[in-house]
Amino acid sequence: MRRLLPHPLLSVTLAFLWLLLVNQLSAGHVVLGALLGWLIPFATSRFWPEQIRIRHPLTLLRFLGVFVIDIVRGSFQVAYLILRGPTRLRPVFVAVPLALRSDLAISLLANTISLTPGTVSANLSADKRTLIVHTLDTGDAAALVAEIKQRYETPLKKIFEQED
Amino acid sequence: MIDILLSVLILTGAIFTFIGSLGLARLADFYTRLHGPTKATTLGVGCLLIASALYFSMHDEGVSLHEVLVTLFLFITAPVSAHLLAKAALHLKVRSIAAMPPDNDAPAD
Repeated sequence: MRRLLPHPLLSVTLAFLWLLLVNQLSAGHVVLGALLGWLIPFATSRFWPEQIRIRHPLTLLRFLGVFVIDIVRGSFQVAYLILRGPTRLRPVFVAVPLALRSDLAISLLANTISLTPGTVSANLSADKRTLIVHTLDTGDAAALVAEIKQRYETPLKKIFEQED
Repeated sequence: MIDILLSVLILTGAIFTFIGSLGLARLADFYTRLHGPTKATTLGVGCLLIASALYFSMHDEGVSLHEVLVTLFLFITAPVSAHLLAKAALHLKVRSIAAMPPDNDAPAD
């Protein structure tokens, strides 16, 4: 099973992507999409050293919800900060100590931080233990770190890493 | 009715994209400028894409889902390029308003 279908999740995603690309749902394209989804993982297997497993789909959904809300909320915040005038900003670099260990979870966390307005992930230390985050305006760096850890890192750890 | 919704979405999108560009022009240093285009634009482009999906779903036959792909690819590529820009800037020690972070993986040269 493992050798015939190395990354089932990736295969399903690829087939779904194909259907979105052609923008129509016909039997022929479903078969073609399934074929592509089966073949491409073999060609790209070097990019996927880890086996990806989603352990808590509901947590993932809740995480996506929080993510969308934060994008909307943060966009208004950043828009306000830009309009108010750049001289009153208090930008800070903060170091977020990482509890995540898998590469996938770390890159998802970094992407989430960059996509939510107000913060950009700027550097990952060589030992993958600290993420440097630049924030546009904060009065309390410690609170920001705590918020990132609690809002994003904890659910990601639960989804991709926790054994239960 | 639906036209009003579409107009509101497009206007909101345009306003946020504009504010993002304004941030790029007005903010003071490289790192804060990075926030403008990656951020305010996320919601701006999001609104425009929702409007586009709604419009083409109603005017052509069938649902238009190309926009979902645009969103997906944008959300995959935008943070990666922002991260690389910031990383390169830190490496080159570009001037910053904020105190620079400790250089915990300085190159060995």
